[in-house]
Amino acid sequence: MDMEVKLHPAGHDGVRPLSLKNPVMTASGTFGCGAEFMPYGNIARLGGIVVKGLSLRAREGNPLPRIAETPSGMLNAVGLQNDGVEAFIRHRLPALPWQDVPVIANIYASCAEDFGELAGILSAEDGVAAVEVNISCPNVREGGVLFGQDPVMAAKVTGAVKRRAGTKPVIVKLSPNVTDITVIARAAEDAGADMLACINTVTGMAVDLERRVPLLANIVGGLSGPAIKPVGLRCVWQVSRAVKIPVIGMGGISSARDVLEYILVGAHAVQVGTASFSDPAATFRIVDELPGLCRRLGIERLDDLRGALKV
Amino acid sequence: MISPARTDLTVADNVPFSQPGEPGFFALMLENPGWVSWLPGQFVMLRPHGWGSELTWARPFSISRVTPQGLVLFYQVVGRGTSRIAKLVSGDKVTIWGPLGTGFAVEPARPTLLLAGGIGIAPFYGYADRHPSPEHLSMLFGHRQISDCYPMDSLSQIIDVEHFRERTPADIPVFQDMIRARMKACRSKDGLALACGPMPFLRMIWEYALEIGLRTQLSLEQRMACGVGACLGCVTRTSMHWADAEKAGLPVQTCTSGPVFWAEDIDLKAGA
Ligand SMILES: Cc1cc2nc3c(=O)[nH]c(=O)nc-3n(C[C@H](O)[C@H](O)[C@H](O)COP(=O)(O)O)c2cc1C
Ligand code: FES
Repeated sequence: MDMEVKLHPAGHDGVRPLSLKNPVMTASGTFGCGAEFMPYGNIARLGGIVVKGLSLRAREGNPLPRIAETPSGMLNAVGLQNDGVEAFIRHRLPALPWQDVPVIANIYASCAEDFGELAGILSAEDGVAAVEVNISCPNVREGGVLFGQDPVMAAKVTGAVKRRAGTKPVIVKLSPNVTDITVIARAAEDAGADMLACINTVTGMAVDLERRVPLLANIVGGLSGPAIKPVGLRCVWQVSRAVKIPVIGMGGISSARDVLEYILVGAHAVQVGTASFSDPAATFRIVDELPGLCRRLGIERLDDLRGALKV
Repeated sequence: MISPARTDLTVADNVPFSQPGEPGFFALMLENPGWVSWLPGQFVMLRPHGWGSELTWARPFSISRVTPQGLVLFYQVVGRGTSRIAKLVSGDKVTIWGPLGTGFAVEPARPTLLLAGGIGIAPFYGYADRHPSPEHLSMLFGHRQISDCYPMDSLSQIIDVEHFRERTPADIPVFQDMIRARMKACRSKDGLALACGPMPFLRMIWEYALEIGLRTQLSLEQRMACGVGACLGCVTRTSMHWADAEKAGLPVQTCTSGPVFWAEDIDLKAGA
């Protein structure tokens, strides 16, 4: 069965389509820069690789503990530790098989101009197939409000990235921590986003009752893993009906079945995150199991399943 | 570098060492993973097949021994994961990935002091087994439980083991003085010290190592989700001596740059 997926929004003619061998990509921040997982499978067989969030300058991240295990999930407040975009381009990108698998750069900044600059630097690289914009971060210039929680700011960032991204598709990654995710989704679409991805982590916290302390030094963090799959499905369902551009779904995917559930509610492709921590071969296994599961369920083309939820 | 592999293994045995009522110490015996090679000090991530999705992460364990019969992990029950691992029985399946991280230095001709705190003794079984001249090894082993809780026979047959049992908090300064004295003696013989144990124990040894100028390696314990350098949950701050100048003074992953570090390469000051 043909698993190929071509992500290309109608009318976005100046932008190259994002062609995936299969709909299963890795989620940012859970697959390192890709090379970390080479001992566990052939990363060129994946649909795409989204690398750890990159910022203009290196960031140290938050103090420890930064991660905590919770039932069917985990919390993280890593704080976007990374070596900076230049180090990624110099050391990490050349080591990736980007000719055989799309490498997607996830970017993070604290003002719209820096988002634009990052997009400019990365889209000039042959090895970068698309730019994914993490708008779940605070805007330091405008009082620390999260870009992803305000439609005006989400549009501003999307516009700044689009202006500098050339022919590379721009994916805007939405936060579930909003009252109405479709408002932000439409704002990003109107500002020129080529695709949307959702969801980022769900804000949460965990505490130690005996010691009366939070389990994360940052007190609050982002919840991920199977626990948030229902939230992810709900968001993809709502967003895919609100916009015309393709939607990449994620949140708690750990099996081929989960992938098809996301496609059923409207996703064009998906990303696997925390499951890679439970098993470094998880994404490879999901890619292997997908055709067999489609056959068993009588799904001939993924297009037939997409958004076919009976309601 | 030794390339790690992911393998599904069958549990051969899971043997408790402690008496009923005492904190649980176990040796988990798995079938041989068929590694080409490994270094004492390296670790594996282990996740039983029966966990489903409730427990998200695998758990890190130092490799205690690899024999033709199998892989031996010595562990203490400390939380939700290890209490479930303690219930594994022969025939159960687990997934492991490893060997991961860095190993301890082996300098055959040099007097080598092994400093073990509690369950931190785990990697030193394999270290002693594999050392070409174990007569150069000596161990100072601090523990809270009676020594029956630890499988000591096989170690005491190969190397000199000095015990210190901490019964009350008042014993801690005595143990600290002992460690310092042994480290000083080791320095005077131009020796090497290797340490594994809980963080307060390692922080103290780190301080002594820098003060005395003794070449010392520490095997660090951190909360780990992935073991492969991807989650960035396990970082340790490097010092200005770190070989890669671009990373000097910055956090690096303990699971890939460690768990064994040279004391002078890292900064364990509280809050660093
Ligand atoms: C440790 C960790 C780090 C993450 N870092 C990033 C990041 O840098 N940028 C980003 O857009 N999302 C990041 N995420 C969010 C994931 O990409 C993903 O959106 C989320 O975890 C939900 O998917 P999952 O349940 O499959 O993990 C991170 C998640 C985790 C667990
Ligand atoms: S345990 Fe994930 S980076 Fe070390």
